Amino acid sequence: MNILAVLKMVPDVVEELEVGDDGKSLDLDFLRLIVNERDEHALEQALLLKDKHGGSVTAVAIDAPEIDDVLFTALAKGADRAVKITDVEEGLSTRAAASLLAQVLPKVPNLLPADLVLAGCQATDDLDGQTAAVLAHGLELPYLGIVSQVDADGSTACVLSEFPGGVRGEFEVDMPAVLGIQASEKPPRYVPVAKVRAAMKSQTIEEVSAGTEPEASLAAVTGMTKPEAGGKAEMLDGSPEELAAKVGEILSERGLL
Amino acid sequence: MAETTAAPDPVACEITLDNLLEFPEGREILTCIQCGMCAGTCPYGDVMDYPPRRIIKMLQAGLLEEVFTSDSLLNCIACYACMAKCPRGIRLTELLLPLVKEQVFVQLPEVPAELQKALENTLRYGNPMGESPRKRAQWVTTTDVPIRDLSKKPERVDVLWIPECYMSYHPRGQEAARATARVFHALEVDFGILGAREKCAGECARLVGEAGLFDKLMDDNIKQFDKYDFNRIVTSGAHAYDAFKYLYPRFGFDQIVEHTTPFVARRIEQLKPLLTKKLDYTVTYHDSCCLGRHNGFYEEPRTLLQAIPGVKLVEMAHNRVNSICCGGGGGGMWLDTFYAAKGYDRLSDRRVKEAIASGAEVLAVSCPYEVSRFEDSIKVLGYDDKMVVRDVVELLAEAMEP
Repeated sequence: MNILAVLKMVPDVVEELEVGDDGKSLDLDFLRLIVNERDEHALEQALLLKDKHGGSVTAVAIDAPEIDDVLFTALAKGADRAVKITDVEEGLSTRAAASLLAQVLPKVPNLLPADLVLAGCQATDDLDGQTAAVLAHGLELPYLGIVSQVDADGSTACVLSEFPGGVRGEFEVDMPAVLGIQASEKPPRYVPVAKVRAAMKSQTIEEVSAGTEPEASLAAVTGMTKPEAGGKAEMLDGSPEELAAKVGEILSERGLL
Repeated sequence: MAETTAAPDPVACEITLDNLLEFPEGREILTCIQCGMCAGTCPYGDVMDYPPRRIIKMLQAGLLEEVFTSDSLLNCIACYACMAKCPRGIRLTELLLPLVKEQVFVQLPEVPAELQKALENTLRYGNPMGESPRKRAQWVTTTDVPIRDLSKKPERVDVLWIPECYMSYHPRGQEAARATARVFHALEVDFGILGAREKCAGECARLVGEAGLFDKLMDDNIKQFDKYDFNRIVTSGAHAYDAFKYLYPRFGFDQIVEHTTPFVARRIEQLKPLLTKKLDYTVTYHDSCCLGRHNGFYEEPRTLLQAIPGVKLVEMAHNRVNSICCGGGGGGMWLDTFYAAKGYDRLSDRRVKEAIASGAEVLAVSCPYEVSRFEDSIKVLGYDDKMVVRDVVELLAEAMEP
């Protein structure tokens, strides 16, 4: 079984985010990017399926700062190939990036058709979870999102998808398909630093020029601001006992107890 | 034991398990008489599939591969107890165990989650907590003495002070950092810090078996040190001290390195007139593994404590070379959940019970890991109103207050 894991970089919120001088984008001076956590789960799920059924895993990403480290880490974890899409303008919207991938991936030698394309179902800069869905649309493949379990056998995949209210659905989907991964069945594995360094020496990242313009965005960011403090919070003072009594009072006053 | 120069370690960095017996330090292992002192003194010896004695026997029998596939060595908290007690002087904690643990780590089917997070954080952010590297020196803004950040003002200093991760980020560690700054200031030490450029020294990564991470941290740190002009490094991290003194020199690093506690103890005569406030505390001192057993700094912290007016020093049943590890070394800092899942005793609990039995109300320490570990245990064991944990330097700063 051949699986594609799509990785993308998002702002690392360990540092406080600041709005840039243009008032509509993040200040990149101190910003560091980190691989989207759910994409790491997508890669892990791909590796788990490979461990179980054999085949190959290819990690794919659009060029970004530190992306080489991410791709070499994927290789060290057990991915067979790493592909970096280059010559892409910075700061693409989620939708534009996903449809660009849909245009470029079919042109990468020996990549498609893959049995499964796995990507994170969400990212901190894509809470709507558009990436995997738009990619599926562009590749004209079926899509299932919020996936927390996958097994595949022959030509179909059995997928567990989560819904609000604790409802879970089991689906059978014809492969090839695109899945938006919420969580892999096991936490993403650790890879010793020495293995990543060895991968950097012995393996290569294939660079593929996008060679196409991203589609014009339908929406544009007109402004970005930090949330304003509402000032509606009521701060309580007192000893732990007094505080507990006050909290109890407020809760019962508002019918929450 | 005053000032120590980091002399290149005779154990060259190229020693591996495969060529171990080509070196005198390696052949020494073959002199093991299987007395079992190591297993008997190991605080986790009773729950280990492969205590040091057995590892040596497996090595001699060519069966070491079996040891690699057991997670038993995750219980080794690198406390130097086995090495200190070995009648043959075999360098277990310094040489054999790290080499074996490296193989165990690489072959672990799953790295325990808490440890994995700490290692990933250390690689990415330079500290195991996953805090912002830019905020590493933020605590400096909360202190009342001037502290020079060399990354902003790089002029020559006598002492490059490395507070290390727990003093930089942990709220209780920051209190000890402020106390240290006050003591340095009072002793007129000419010191500076690396600010946001400081990074984890990597000793725990090395001793849990993540050698590649250690190598990377060491490379980054040596590059930083090379940028500045100073006479000596003084670090508050007991593990960082070991890293700079024993591990970095194998790769050519040759700076003078001291730990804060013995560094201050050498200035005891200058310090004494400053300790004016009477502290009516009964204090017991916990010998950290790195400073105590590994480096023999048994008397320095005690001398400092006894110089404080009013302090009554009492000893725990296990002290000096027999001290019981707090459980935080060799990666143990991030394996509490792993040990709990296996049903093992928490060593910090064991130690706090001893401290309580000594009749002390203050548990004094010199290693920043111990504050959080012992405070946790004190809370868990319900001794909140009986005992507090204080870094020796915190007590000194308190005694200097008007």
